[in-house]
Amino acid sequence: MRRILFLARAEVLHVVRDRATLAQVLIVPIVQLLVLSNAATFQIVNTPTYVVDLDRSPASRGLINRFAASGHFRVVGESASLEPANDALLRGDVTMVLAIPADFESSLVRNGTAPLQLSVNAEKGSAAGIVQSYASAIVAAYAAELDATRAVRASSEPGGRATIAVQTRSWYNPALNYRDYMVPGILVALVTLIGTLLTAQNIAREKELGTLEQLNVTPITRGQFIAAKLLPFWVLGLIDLSIGLLVGAVVFSIPIRGSLLLLFGAATIYLVVALAIGLWISTLVETQQQAMFVTFFVMNIYLLMSGLFTPIDSMAPWVQVVSQANPVRHFVTISRAVLVKGAGLDDVLKPLLTLVGFAVVTLTLAVRQYSKRTA
Amino acid sequence: MSALFGLIRKEVYHILRDRRTLVVIIAMPVLQVILFGYAIRTDVDHVRLAIVDPAPDPKTLALRQRFEAARVFQTVAVLPNSRELEPLFQRGIAQGAVLFEPGFGERLGRGVPANVLIVGDASEPNTGSIVQAYATAVVQGYEQELSRGRSVRIVPTIRMRFNPTRESSNLFVPGLMAFVLTIVSSLMTAISLTREKETGTLEALLVSPLRPWQIIVGKVAPYIGVGFVSVLGVIAEARLVFDVPLRGSLSLLLIEGLLFILVSLALGILISARTSSQRVAMMGALIGTMLPTMLLSGFIFPLESMPLPLRAISVVVPARWFVLVARSIMLKGTGLAYLWRPTLVLVAMAAVLLTASTRAFHARLEG
Repeated sequence: MRRILFLARAEVLHVVRDRATLAQVLIVPIVQLLVLSNAATFQIVNTPTYVVDLDRSPASRGLINRFAASGHFRVVGESASLEPANDALLRGDVTMVLAIPADFESSLVRNGTAPLQLSVNAEKGSAAGIVQSYASAIVAAYAAELDATRAVRASSEPGGRATIAVQTRSWYNPALNYRDYMVPGILVALVTLIGTLLTAQNIAREKELGTLEQLNVTPITRGQFIAAKLLPFWVLGLIDLSIGLLVGAVVFSIPIRGSLLLLFGAATIYLVVALAIGLWISTLVETQQQAMFVTFFVMNIYLLMSGLFTPIDSMAPWVQVVSQANPVRHFVTISRAVLVKGAGLDDVLKPLLTLVGFAVVTLTLAVRQYSKRTA
Repeated sequence: MSALFGLIRKEVYHILRDRRTLVVIIAMPVLQVILFGYAIRTDVDHVRLAIVDPAPDPKTLALRQRFEAARVFQTVAVLPNSRELEPLFQRGIAQGAVLFEPGFGERLGRGVPANVLIVGDASEPNTGSIVQAYATAVVQGYEQELSRGRSVRIVPTIRMRFNPTRESSNLFVPGLMAFVLTIVSSLMTAISLTREKETGTLEALLVSPLRPWQIIVGKVAPYIGVGFVSVLGVIAEARLVFDVPLRGSLSLLLIEGLLFILVSLALGILISARTSSQRVAMMGALIGTMLPTMLLSGFIFPLESMPLPLRAISVVVPARWFVLVARSIMLKGTGLAYLWRPTLVLVAMAAVLLTASTRAFHARLEG
């Protein structure tokens, strides 16, 4: 036990004295939170929109106003013909063209239905589908609004028609604030990066410098060595999670609805997985450069398939199945459920137990893979 | 000149012998195309719906039927009261809920507005709003049926321009090219140059008859080759597996690619000139080139939605301009007539960065 503590202490001193590592540990999380939470969103605001209003009637104006007032769209250009609109679309200056035909209002009055054309620049990010959904929702809401004014007229006549009053609620995030969704996920990315990258890099560095050989000839056992190596990073990961939570709560005022104890409990288990993966990578590589590349490669896949950036439910079915084998996914689920939805232990029991399973398996594999090699 | 080739040959050996890095460089783009194609999607489909119907009657059953029939919904639970609803949301079992009031059908029959509450799990705001919009549409459709089509309808025709099926692989391939080129050109170059510094072998090169520019060219030329191979692999895979179109001219795309490689290489050299350890170089390359390429190029996330400071930063991110150009060429088939502006930006960036990086390298040599 004393040996472990000595080695762990050496490790801590290394981290504290090396400015690059210290920066990695303290500054990167904050930068990541600030940048990622603002940049990595599919929030639809101010989508540049071009309007071609061939009708110029109160009804068409009303529709354009609904688009502008929604906050999702911003009208950047208007003309009476389709040509400049197409040009703007081709140049990539606008993401959507809203074209209202000349008989829009008259056909609404006469038949009760009217056509409308929405051209979305589907080349612009995967947000095109969301843009389309928001646009359709605005159009439908406007139609319902027009309908209501007609219904008032109709109900003054005998035998008024049946109506259903639809109310909608957005649970857990009534202001539809994208950051509330992203920050709990980014916290996971942060912990993962610290745990895996630092561990892999650290051991690879000792290999490169040859100091690992020195440790290998000491009487320290394999288990002791690994414990001493992992312990400081395990603590660092938890410290980083605390920093991240603090920044999230103070700067972004993200909700913390569930128990922090539960979140940190899950983090301690999850960190074992992340560290074990780092350890496993370090056994595969010889140099820091390789460690960095392999970690980056693995992290990339893990993070992209974790549901951190795009919902798991939107992924192709086989990807959804494969992503079950991704520990990041389960911790993202827990983090969001606890922080945003206020879930308790029994709500997140399944992902939590899965993480415990992962911890046991990855740690066993990594420890077995690691050997005090002589050759 | 033969000394230069000697250096290039040495560097090629370095790359070829480092199997693990090579595998990662070759395999990463290939896997990423697949990942982006299948995993990075935002479509909302198969929404898991819970229904709370305290007093079922013919009308609520009919409306429930419509939800069952709608392809986007999948009813996962029917509850008698809303008390058990919350755990379903917290466990992620339900994404949306429709709550009927008791006496729904009776009120509807009397012509009094009958109330329906639609709840969406807005912890992911887009999904939340889209679920609400879908569910509202189903209820409105039912209402319309009841009032025999007398209500107002606006029928939008939606055209998805340039990528009608919204294949996500189409969107990501151009961005992925930028990403791969950044990794190979900036990151690898920065690390490989700093490693020579760290191990002291750069000193040996400096006292050799090689000129500074020859050292730089010799170090970076092989990486241009690796970058090109990766990019061609991505394009080939995109065509063969995902059928991604190439509507514009391939030669224009490759020329723009070369321009972007020059910019990235210059960045890599600049980073290596300013750092002395591999770890710092990695950090610098990661923060200075990889993250901006990933996040601020419009490659995955729409730039329009970002706050002004980030949009302002994105203007100086080379990848932003290259992604714009590559997408336009591949998906829209546009030529230089539309693309001269971003191309000019890339040329200017290349000029500035190449000058700055050779200067920085020189300064270090003398110092």
